[in-house]
Amino acid sequence: MIRYLALRFAGLAGVLLVICAVTFTIFYVFPADPALQACGKSCTPERLAMLHHQMGLDRPLWQQFTDYLVGIFAGRSYGSGPLAVQCHFPCLGFSYQNNMPVWDLMMQRLPTTVSIGVGAALLWLVGGVTVGVVSALRKDSLLDRTMMVGTLTSASLPIYFTAMALTVVVVQIGGLLPYSSYVPIAEDPIGWTKNLILPWVALALLYAAMYARLSRASMVETMAEPYIRTARAKGLPERTVVTKHGLRAGLTPVLTVFGMDLGALLGGAVITESVFGLPGLGQLTIDSINKSDQPVVMGVALLAAFFITFANLVVDLLYAAIDPQVRYA
Amino acid sequence: MSLLTVRDLVVEFPTPKGTVRAVDGLSFTVDEGRTLGIVGESGSGKSVTSLAIMGLHDKAQVSGSIDLAGTEVVGADREKVRALRGRRVAMIFQDPLSSLHPHYRVGEQIAEARRLHFGASRRAAHKHAVQLLADVGIPHPDERAGDYPHQFSGGMRQRVMIAMALACEPDLLIADEPTTALDVTVQAQILELIARIQRERGLAVLMITHDLGVVARVADDVLVMYAGRAVEQATADELFAGPRHPYTRGLLGSLPRLTGPPGELTPIPGAPPSLLRPPAGCPFHPRCSERIDVCETTRPALQGAPHPAACHLLTIEKEVAG
Amino acid sequence: MAAPPLTTEAAGSASAPAGQSPWRLVGGRLRRDPAALAGLAIIALFVLMAIAAPLLTALNGHGPNEFHPEKIDKALAGAPKGAFGGIDGDFWLGVEPGTGRDVFSRMVYGARVSLLISVAATGVATVVGTVLGLTAGFAGGRIDTFISRIMDMVLSFPQLIFMIALVSVLPEGNRMLELVFVMGFFGWPYIGRIVRGQTLTLRHREFVDAARATGMLRTRIVFREVLPNLLAPVLVYATLTIPINIGTEAALSFLGIGVRPPDSSWGQMMSKAIDWYQVDPTFFVVPGVCLLLTVLAFTLLGDAFRDALDPRGAGR
Repeated sequence: MIRYLALRFAGLAGVLLVICAVTFTIFYVFPADPALQACGKSCTPERLAMLHHQMGLDRPLWQQFTDYLVGIFAGRSYGSGPLAVQCHFPCLGFSYQNNMPVWDLMMQRLPTTVSIGVGAALLWLVGGVTVGVVSALRKDSLLDRTMMVGTLTSASLPIYFTAMALTVVVVQIGGLLPYSSYVPIAEDPIGWTKNLILPWVALALLYAAMYARLSRASMVETMAEPYIRTARAKGLPERTVVTKHGLRAGLTPVLTVFGMDLGALLGGAVITESVFGLPGLGQLTIDSINKSDQPVVMGVALLAAFFITFANLVVDLLYAAIDPQVRYA
Repeated sequence: MSLLTVRDLVVEFPTPKGTVRAVDGLSFTVDEGRTLGIVGESGSGKSVTSLAIMGLHDKAQVSGSIDLAGTEVVGADREKVRALRGRRVAMIFQDPLSSLHPHYRVGEQIAEARRLHFGASRRAAHKHAVQLLADVGIPHPDERAGDYPHQFSGGMRQRVMIAMALACEPDLLIADEPTTALDVTVQAQILELIARIQRERGLAVLMITHDLGVVARVADDVLVMYAGRAVEQATADELFAGPRHPYTRGLLGSLPRLTGPPGELTPIPGAPPSLLRPPAGCPFHPRCSERIDVCETTRPALQGAPHPAACHLLTIEKEVAG
Repeated sequence: MAAPPLTTEAAGSASAPAGQSPWRLVGGRLRRDPAALAGLAIIALFVLMAIAAPLLTALNGHGPNEFHPEKIDKALAGAPKGAFGGIDGDFWLGVEPGTGRDVFSRMVYGARVSLLISVAATGVATVVGTVLGLTAGFAGGRIDTFISRIMDMVLSFPQLIFMIALVSVLPEGNRMLELVFVMGFFGWPYIGRIVRGQTLTLRHREFVDAARATGMLRTRIVFREVLPNLLAPVLVYATLTIPINIGTEAALSFLGIGVRPPDSSWGQMMSKAIDWYQVDPTFFVVPGVCLLLTVLAFTLLGDAFRDALDPRGAGR
């Protein structure tokens, strides 16, 4: 078990290292000289050279990369002498746009993204699984068919379309909710909820449809298993057969997908944030890409990759806890 | 008094291509302390019969009568049948691995029925489960109760299934091909275990199998099924001494024997008929080597002495003799 | 040579249609599946529309990039004149706010871009995924480990962020081609995994063993015995990948890094619509419905393929 965990964490570190290297290559090798951009209009060769030194761009590429890596775990300083700037752990560099530490920028945005992601995830998990399970138990009934046509349509709707349609109907015509903006939960929990309902619903409609289809397929398969017949042969009430014996096995695949989806979403719900104008990690990514702010883009990409790989790990561990047939190997 | 009385049982499945009559007018009884073996090929309706007794058919239309310890199962309220399941009648299945829930410990799975039907406490039910595991011959039952199904061997899993079936001290045990998925050596052990448990507890056993060898080992009475109907019904001794139906003789001919002169094994040619469009007359006639004209048009009745069989040859012989 | 006579027993029980190839069987099943037919009809409609785009725009007389300042209201910051985004007999689906370009014309030309990019990207992902998956599954050992690791790695990338980033740093060139390759690059591991798994099971099946025993060359085994058996799962998965790619292309265009102006795509129209949707909802409904219908149609078709190719029959 401990060996397995150690191996998995090593694997996680390996993946992140590769992603780091790839990101580094993409953003530091391809584009124009970032120092030139930082230098501005009144740029002199001396000033450019100084900026190069300050940003560590005069060092060989591989050294820049190791500096970057060391910075993440131990912090680092940019430049030397009196102009040196200290960047504390976990150092991902400074934004070219406003010289803020990338880590701080991301932590400012993270609560918004987490609020959107976790709220929507709860909504779609409960909604999607309920629809899927009911559909599976009433397989081939009118209700089942109706719900499956509904989920298929809902899954085919582009998220920005849903978002705009919801806003027009609920906010503009209905006047039921305010136009979305972000209010910290600690300041105003009711306002926080009101502002996030539409993003939650928009995301949940998309994901819930996929979860309904997935859990339906999985439950249909599970309920045909011989051990379900055994449970019925024991005389268990159908409710117990479904909830205790059916759901336990039937929802395990849903869990895997859920972990991955939530992990991916925490890296930034790029489109949802963009449509509703919510200042989360996704918005930060888009802004930084448009402004060629490489340190920020790299930071966000790494954080997102971390969420995905970490979610993967958590899911595998949970899987092993649920299904005793899964061995740590 | 007979514990289980089945009269004119008909089980039909509606399918897109038409109605399939899987069981067609079956009657038999099982007495306390006796074992009835139901023999037939796959598709003969033997498993369908057992599921009908358990009331486990979802989409089938069941008619006739199934009297289990004084309760009518056919057409009964679902809750009433459910209360019988696991309590008065328990069942074990062919593949013990897929019949056990992979995510629960075996002790828990055995205790579950006890807690349900007897309202036993978690602890008492667990203690009872360990006792049952010991009864069915699982070494170190205390520890093994905490293991999961995949940690057991095939034979041990079937023992677990048997322990689970015994949890509520049922009157009738239905065993549906309990040894088919097991190694030959393990098969004998499981059959012995079932026989011992039956002796000790005075259980009635319904042994569903395609294997006459199994019947020869454990059954007191035998019912041979073909295409949803009984073709021969006798005590085991009578059946093996004097099989009357050509199908039974065919089954016996395809059975290897350790005693007696070594002879050739003769399989029955062909495959069981489609139940969607069963052949007219005797359903066995397309495969029967002794068929006569009347077999193709008229369905033979189950009748005659010393024990009933459904074959026109028998009535003709009688007429010739009389 | 005469065929051996059928025995009476076999003739009695032979219900399988003799001489029917599996593909014809599948075709027959598809023809009886209303969902598949509906999907196919919608796809055919949009493909025709894309092909006939110049004809259709000639019919209404507005090119996709013709500005019609007379159709928009300068006083309202460029909102279309008239109800429902300026729909009338001349402008069948209204005009684009701000420019007055014909929405119908932009929609049919947008269909070209959206379908072309997503189908091409699916093609790239399918070819790369099949080749690498096949190699991994058939070669086994280190090659398998190496390819599998790469697939895992690509799958743990935050895809949308990387697509945006990659497209934004790629040198100026053919944007459509760039989109195809970037989307193909992130799509191949999904198909690669499926092909690898299938190859692993096929590798040990009797007919492959038989081919090997006759001394058939490895490459020949792959092409003659393994590849034809992969066709079904690959076809199903590719069909289901197209709608995902349509969505991705739209998302990228929506975020402003898809096709470059003046080209139109449905995602690009959506992206314009976000500034106007409160004033002119018609403008986002048109591309939205197009996206919904094509994605739905491809999903229906993919599901139908899967059910039809399922050897267990009706599936579900």
